[in-house]
Amino acid sequence: MPEISHGKLWTWLDQRVGLADFAKLAKKKRVPVHRHALWYYFGGMTLFLFAVQVVTGILLLFYYRPSAEEAYESVQFLMAEVEFGWLIRSIHAWSANLMIFVLFVHLFSVWLLKAYRPPREITWFSGMALLGIALAFGFTGYLLPWNELAYFATKVGTEITGAVPLVGSFLLRLLRGGDEVTGATLTRFYGIHVAVLPALVTVLMSLHLFLVQKHGMSVPPSIERRGNDPRTMPFVPNFLLRDVVGWLSALAVLAALAAFLPTELGKKADPFAPAPAGIKPEWYFMFMFQTLKYLPSHILGLEGEVVGVVGFGLGGVFLVLIPFLDRRAARGEPSPLFTLIGIGVIAYVLLLTYLGYTASPTK
Amino acid sequence: MGERALEPETTRRGFVNWLLGTSAAAFLISVAYPVGRYLVPPKTGESTAASVTLPMKPDDVKPNTGQIFKFGNRPAILVRTPAGDLRAFSAVCTHLNCTVQYRTDLSHIWCACHNGHFDLNGQNIAGPPPRPLDAMVVNARGNQIVVSKTA
Repeated sequence: MPEISHGKLWTWLDQRVGLADFAKLAKKKRVPVHRHALWYYFGGMTLFLFAVQVVTGILLLFYYRPSAEEAYESVQFLMAEVEFGWLIRSIHAWSANLMIFVLFVHLFSVWLLKAYRPPREITWFSGMALLGIALAFGFTGYLLPWNELAYFATKVGTEITGAVPLVGSFLLRLLRGGDEVTGATLTRFYGIHVAVLPALVTVLMSLHLFLVQKHGMSVPPSIERRGNDPRTMPFVPNFLLRDVVGWLSALAVLAALAAFLPTELGKKADPFAPAPAGIKPEWYFMFMFQTLKYLPSHILGLEGEVVGVVGFGLGGVFLVLIPFLDRRAARGEPSPLFTLIGIGVIAYVLLLTYLGYTASPTK
Repeated sequence: MGERALEPETTRRGFVNWLLGTSAAAFLISVAYPVGRYLVPPKTGESTAASVTLPMKPDDVKPNTGQIFKFGNRPAILVRTPAGDLRAFSAVCTHLNCTVQYRTDLSHIWCACHNGHFDLNGQNIAGPPPRPLDAMVVNARGNQIVVSKTA
């Protein structure tokens, strides 16, 4: 192959940074093409929406004030007075929701295509950690405007940690920065939202992306079993350009949502007002919230919420350990049981989320 | 080179590694302990108020209504039953800590968060709450309502 001639700047940089190594790497990377290849785009789309979060989040920091006395007013000012303040905040809120949605699509497609098989277990674990961090971002960010809905959602959400056996009450105080949800909780959540979680994400996302580069895209076992290697396409530019189409589609949806359904602020939190009727958590916590509603107050002598919390905890552990539990997939054999469990979980989440929005909240 | 000749070397190295390892561990503990303690919020004194006088007159509280008032640093609810009795309870739902409210249409106390119902004695009658609401003592003295904790 003839050497491509490069400009002086390229040569200067290459001698100091080693650009040629990167160029070689980019040229070598190929992506399999098959009928399930559509699902490859959702990880990249999550990354894109996360980048939107970083940019809009930094912009919001310029006006936001993290205290119980000022938080609500500063967001009100941002929405009403600052030019395009409403847009930046709406994009941040909508992009968060879209990111979690795309993240769930990514998770379940990886699950059903068994992409967690060896040697990709650590990619799965780091993805699970990133899911946890994304949910923590959502939970802490929800409180920051200090409005009524967020106040009570946080009260309930943190109270649930109190139901964790043994360390519950300690965790509760640690999370709230005291016994109740107060300005101390807001300050704590703010610190977690803008410093702790971004630091964790940086480390885990680097690991996740490094492993994806190292192992390449996983080919689903059903395609693998056909024997002949699937066709591939170069990552640069073929796959990357398709990725960009996905990002632009996400951006279009985001812009439409932010412009036509701007995020509302609601009423300022008042610790001495009753919880408003129709109080809801963010939709991605809805299936758990709705499950807690259906649990009776006592199950086999234990408080219902303790059973619920321990149940979801065990579910989470199961989810993380799937690569070790699914021995058949690890051997390259079909594992219909884990496909079935995956579909069951999707159905459960969809059904409970649906009930959460349609079942009468007052009966 | 014989095994024996290496032995004093490896022992010395082992000792230095052990020293290095323990001092690294000691360093980590000396950092982690203060940071851990720092993150745990200090205990603030529970409100010691044994009773509060409400900023309203008994006659202003209509039958079949309820309202939230501050009892120390926690919300409590004052209810005038349809029969005319004044009662007060802690307004903190025993399920997950939300603040309850009085439902005029049901004539009892209700929590919006997870649809918990309490009767006019504070007993949990439906939904997930595991315990009754803590009852308080209401005294209407002339123009004042005084609510106090049960002893």
